[in-house]
Formats: sequence, structure tokens, C-alpha cells
Amino acid sequence: MNLPQPSPPSRGPSFYEATARQRVNRLLDAQSFAEFLPPQSAHSSPHLALLDLPGALDDGVVIGSGTLGGKPVQIIAQEGQFLGGAVGEMHGAKIVGLLQRAIRDKPLAVLFLVDSGGVRLHEANAGLIALSEIMRAVLDTRAAGIPVFALIGGMCGAFGGMGIVSRLCSAILMSEQGRLALSGPEVIETVAGVEEFDSRDRALVWRVTGGKHRYLMGDCVALVEDDVEDFRQTIITLLAQWQENPPEPHALRAEQERLTQRCQQFSGMRDGLEVWAALGVPNPQQIPLLERDALVTLRQGLSL
Amino acid sequence: MTLFPLLDTLFPAGHDASVTRQVIAGTAHTAIGPVALLGTVDAAAISHDIALRLASQVLDLVDQHPGRPLIFLVDTQGQALARAQELLCLNGSLAHLARCVDLARRRGHVTLGLITGEAVSGGFLSFGLMADRVYALQSAQVRVMDLKAMARVTKIPHERLVALAASSPTFAPGAENYHRMGAIEALWDTPSSELLEQALAQLRASQPGGDNRLQQGRLRGGRQEAAAIVAAVLAA
Repeated sequence: MNLPQPSPPSRGPSFYEATARQRVNRLLDAQSFAEFLPPQSAHSSPHLALLDLPGALDDGVVIGSGTLGGKPVQIIAQEGQFLGGAVGEMHGAKIVGLLQRAIRDKPLAVLFLVDSGGVRLHEANAGLIALSEIMRAVLDTRAAGIPVFALIGGMCGAFGGMGIVSRLCSAILMSEQGRLALSGPEVIETVAGVEEFDSRDRALVWRVTGGKHRYLMGDCVALVEDDVEDFRQTIITLLAQWQENPPEPHALRAEQERLTQRCQQFSGMRDGLEVWAALGVPNPQQIPLLERDALVTLRQGLSL
Repeated sequence: MTLFPLLDTLFPAGHDASVTRQVIAGTAHTAIGPVALLGTVDAAAISHDIALRLASQVLDLVDQHPGRPLIFLVDTQGQALARAQELLCLNGSLAHLARCVDLARRRGHVTLGLITGEAVSGGFLSFGLMADRVYALQSAQVRVMDLKAMARVTKIPHERLVALAASSPTFAPGAENYHRMGAIEALWDTPSSELLEQALAQLRASQPGGDNRLQQGRLRGGRQEAAAIVAAVLAA
């Protein structure tokens, strides 16, 4: 799906560099955000305390409600600067609680600002179970007719279980800086060797997991500038035309077909450059240099 | 216990399970009628190919055998670790598998997971943990990461983690910890057809579809925080 172009770029504050709270406050209508379980009424993770690690009163995730273009929404924002935005028991429970509340309160949408490496290893079992509960809760929210949008553009990207959760959402919006995958490059390098994936080769990492590649492949619905205002305008546009459909066999059959075909089409490839060439991009090596608007235009010209 | 002796024990009335490139498919006979068998063997690393073949089976069952119970036989070391897999958005194929299981549940299929070998991270999340209830053989190995690797990554001494693991179920590998935290219904010391029939009967009598893990984790004392936080968010 190709979205109408938002207003011309007026570079505002970087989404990548902002904290979770800054993102929430700038994304929603001014003064509209009301936080649930704000830091002053919370306690930090006892599991981290047991390991003598400093906690955070919000456990690395901000949740609440507000308005977007005057419409009621609920919001989740992971703080990538606290333990990599990773999911522990309390962090996960706040997200599950927000999603259950969305089913009850029926906002127009849930915005999920993902910035996370996945399971918090210090609470590994609690984190894995919480991620499973988040997966179920996202699907329950969508089945209740409330779309859930993942916004990916933070420094930790969306990895591990959060990569799966992101792809369970109604749609994903990414900036070029955003990354979306399952295993992090460091994990693959550690297990399979530097020849398999050199995690220090930043250009390669972005060609495999970055926003432009995911957009060209259709794994995210929109590529936005690294600018909170651009995320805001794009989500407003998307929301105005969004129809959340209940889970249906024919839709999952179509997705099964799409995924099966592309595994065949791109079988054996290991670099975005190969995939983009196979997609018919005339100068694949130019993709990392293209501005967002030029890339959006290029993708519209591809027969995807 | 290897797969076929286990299936012969669980389904004395017969089954026709077969394994193709690490993926199990088949039908078994039980007191409540036929049940579908699907899953993986040999600690499969879940790739696009495996995830899509499992998803395809689930979609076929929803089409062709409405309401038939699904038994997931779980044995996975986690996701396939390769750049080519990530290039094509492996998390997307795992999410697709999870959505297919979710569809089956919403269409009235009860789903029961049984961990026969290993259950690790992404491979477990996208399939086994999507079941209504999960059981585990006593010998099952359930984890995100072993304690040595965890010590390396978190820079917390291994001995310290081992000592803390004795009192906290929160981070150390082990099916018993997942039971205490509400994600595994019971551990089966000696698997039998009676245990399986009982689990299926309980599942069909309960309200499938609801996620009861928060409550179970609180009742068993393994997860003290999560249920209270969800309640607090709903009350805020």
C-alpha cells in the first residue's frame, strides 16, 4: 500500500534521539497525554534490585492515553535508553494492561512506539512469557476492531520477540534509521561467525534490517523521516483511511502465498543489494543514499 | 524419549504421524475423536520454511476439519540464526505462524502444546506458547539462554546467577520455573494416554481463548508483580 505524501519535510526533533516521553508528548496533541502508572506512583523491578542493578520507576515503558488530531488514542512507548528497552515482568505487564484497557475503552487506535531488543535477560523467563502475553493481547485488541500501529525508529530497533510483536500489529511505520528483525546481528555473529554476519558493518546491518529495506519489501507500510512530526502526520493520514478487518482465513492464505513466493524468489540471497536488484531497482547501490521521498517514488514504480 | 515411542504411548488407539524435514504432521485417535498432530523434532531451528509449513498445516486444518483439536509437539532450539533468514524478515514469518494459530483458536479449535525436547525463545513464542495450554515432559528443557551465556552478556558472575536461581524462577532455565510462572500447566513425569485425555477434556471444559497465565503465575507464586500491574492499569 502506498500512502499519500505527507506535507513537505520540515525537519523537527529527531525520533531516533528522543526519549520515550519526548516522543509521546510530541507525537500526540499538545498537553493531551495522560500517563497510566506514572513514575511517582510506581516502584521499580524487584528482579533488577535482586541483581544489584539500578531500576527505573517506569520500568522502561511509558503508557497512557491522549488525542491525535483530536481523536482518542492510547499509546505505549518503550524507552530504548533503559536496558535496551527490553521486556521484563513489569514492563511487559504494563503493555498487556494497556492493551486490555484499549479493548475496554475503545480508543480509535493504539500506537506502539517500539524500541527494544526483546527479552530482558535479567528476567528472561518473565520476559519471554510477557512477550507471549503481549502477542496474544495485540491480536485480541485487533480482533476487537481496534488497530495497533507499530512505530519503529529508535536506537534499539525492534528485535527478538518485539520483532514478532511488531509484525502482529495492523501496520508498521519505520524511519530509515529503524531496524526490524528477529535475531540481532551480534547474536548471529557470536553463534555463526563474523563471516555470516559482521555486526560492526553498519551499512550491511541496515541493508539487511533497516527501514528502507523493509519498506521496499513491503514489511512496513510507510517509510517516514527521522522526525517525530513526520511520524505524527503519517499516522494521522493512515488512521483516517484505516479499516481494521477481523482475522479471516482468506487473508492469512494470501499472506501465506506472499511469504512462500518471496522465499522462493529471493532464495539464497544474503544482502539487500541482491534483493533490490531482483526487485528491478535500476541502481541498487544508490538505495542507501536516496532521500525518503525519492525512495517512496522509486517503490511506487516497482511492480510489487 | 524419542517421538514415535512417545506418540505410541500417548495414542494407543493409533496415529499416522510422519516427519518431513523436521516437521511433524498427522492425525491421532483419542476418546474425544481425531486430533491433529503438528510440530517439530530434533530441536529444530525455526526458519521461514519450517514456520510456513506449520502455518500451512494450521490453515488446512481450519479449512478442512473445523473444530478439530490441535496438538503441538514442541522441540525447538529457537529461531534459525542466519543473515539470509533475517534479510527476508524471519520475525514476519514467525508472526504469520502465530496469527494462524490465533485464527484456529478463534474458529473453535482447542490447542494443546506438549514440550517433548527443547523450547527456546522465538521458536517457542511463535508456536508452542501460542497454544491454549502447554504441558512439558519432565525432561523438557525450556529457556531463553543458558546461565553461562547469560552471565557473559549481563556481566553478572555465573556463580551469583546459579545461587539466585535457587530462590527465583524469573531468569534461570527450567520447565519447573515456567510452571511456577504460569506458562506451563503441568510437567509429565511419565507421559500416558490418560494424562493427555485428561488435559484435552479439561481444555474443552474450560473457556478456551482466555489467556490465564497471569493468574496462574500469581497463584503459584512465580510471578508476583504482573497480575497486580495489569489490574492497576485497568483501574488507573
